Amino acid sequence: MSKLNTLTLQQTLTGLKQKEFSLAELYQATLEAIDEKNKELNIYLTLNNEALKKAEKSSNLPLMGVPIAVKDNFCTQDLRTTASSKILNEFVPQFESTVTKKLLEAGGVILGKTNLDAWAHGSSTETSDYGRTLNPRNTDHLPGGSSGGSAAAVAADFCTIAIGSETAGSLRQPAAWCGAVALKPTYGRVSRYGVAAMASSTDSPGPIAKTVEDAAIMLNFLAGFDSNDATTSSQPVPDFTAQLGKSLKGIKIGVLYQDIAGLEMVNEQLEKQLSVFKDLGAIVGKTPALNPRYAISVYTVVQRGEVSSNLARYDGIRYGSNRSHFGAEAKRRQMLGTYTLSTGYAGKYYELAQRIRTLFIEDLNHLFEKYDVLIAPTSPGFAKKIGVTKRAAMFGELEDMLLEPSSLAGLPGINVPYYRDPETNLFLGLNFITPMWQEALAVQVADAFEKNTNWNTWRSKS
Amino acid sequence: MVTPDDVAYIAKLANIPVSDEEKQQFAQAFAETLTVIEELRELDNDGILPTHQVTGLKNVWREDVIDKEKMFSQQEALANTDKTYQGFFVVSRVLEEKDV
Repeated sequence: MSKLNTLTLQQTLTGLKQKEFSLAELYQATLEAIDEKNKELNIYLTLNNEALKKAEKSSNLPLMGVPIAVKDNFCTQDLRTTASSKILNEFVPQFESTVTKKLLEAGGVILGKTNLDAWAHGSSTETSDYGRTLNPRNTDHLPGGSSGGSAAAVAADFCTIAIGSETAGSLRQPAAWCGAVALKPTYGRVSRYGVAAMASSTDSPGPIAKTVEDAAIMLNFLAGFDSNDATTSSQPVPDFTAQLGKSLKGIKIGVLYQDIAGLEMVNEQLEKQLSVFKDLGAIVGKTPALNPRYAISVYTVVQRGEVSSNLARYDGIRYGSNRSHFGAEAKRRQMLGTYTLSTGYAGKYYELAQRIRTLFIEDLNHLFEKYDVLIAPTSPGFAKKIGVTKRAAMFGELEDMLLEPSSLAGLPGINVPYYRDPETNLFLGLNFITPMWQEALAVQVADAFEKNTNWNTWRSKS
Repeated sequence: MVTPDDVAYIAKLANIPVSDEEKQQFAQAFAETLTVIEELRELDNDGILPTHQVTGLKNVWREDVIDKEKMFSQQEALANTDKTYQGFFVVSRVLEEKDV
């Protein structure tokens, strides 16, 4: 049998149920991997010493005590939560975020808290106040971000499954760079309560997983209305695994961004994969869309504005250090947001950006009249080398460009690997977008692609 | 054009301490970013309404009742700071004594 920490969530639950191995053995394998490599990779900022004890108490619940990596911007009661900023270096939350509460109630165990770009401001996990995380697939490269620690924890088999959060790319882009799967739910599907807020109108917590099926299983436990987050929807929560294995016959797939400069390499690799969908009976068509370059500007204005409001709460009075401890990026973002929201400029920048946001929503709605699912590369390229963020102020926005239009529209999406470079062992990720509340359809199509190709390293092993 | 003085004013509004060096750096970074944002004017947005949120939810209320599960004890509330005085938070002085 493979090492227990390399099993998928689905395999782990089956193995535990059939008593093929014990929780103690699972935790031993996982902790051995962490002991061996966490110092180098810098994935976990805090480990939960009580994990195995808690797991054994949870063994009769649906998640059976499996070890879960949680991004360090989720408040976890009695477990330090830093958002990778030294401002919160000593912060030990007195309450549990809704997402982690739901995990614990379902029998999941928080094995540790993972590194991120400080305050989730970035797409590299290089801008953490606790040092950069390395990409487990190739340690000369970054894991992406901001949920880079959680994506790396999955890729390094430091957990069975992980939790992260996305504003525009922060789940899917690091998953793409680390050769993992990430499911960004519809905005409002999963509660933001207890997550260090970044951009309130787009923040969406979700799973980073080894397979599409695992991500869907996990979303079943996370989704639903929460009275602590007024933006969560009371839409009924379906079983996100219900459409797994169903035929793709007749499903219309639109391929986006074929004509965008700079995407030649990722589109060339994607071209070779399109026959997979056609062979499964789907109808594939290429379609133009509103240039995602404009989404960079919209997102920059909206996100900075919301950041300036959200980070105003860190006054160092009730918890945390004072505002002189913000890093350069957090200072820059808050101040730019303050500027674009200030008297005389709000109309010029903020209102304009929100009008263009409407144009993106209309463009996507229009495309969904013709297609059931839209696909495009997740990122313009492979994981970048360490050190790259020092030279580029707009680095993150460029890396997340292809995810920003649908994120601003609140749409769900899922990333799966669609190419591995045999020389560097680095991956490309494919993003599947569906209309709001239709995660199950994205899961269905992404799962079919995953199972009919060999890019997923956990599936191809078994 | 964003000047270091503009940055100093924004820093005051945002309650963020900045050094003289940062004022220069931020002024340049702001100018560069605003140039990128200006590209939005290339798109025709006449008569387009802004989108501030995507769920369509409006005026979400809850019953005005106390939920004791959400309440911290005084000890819990104070647990994350050293700056306390007789069971209260210590805050910065905002009013100063002045000669009348």
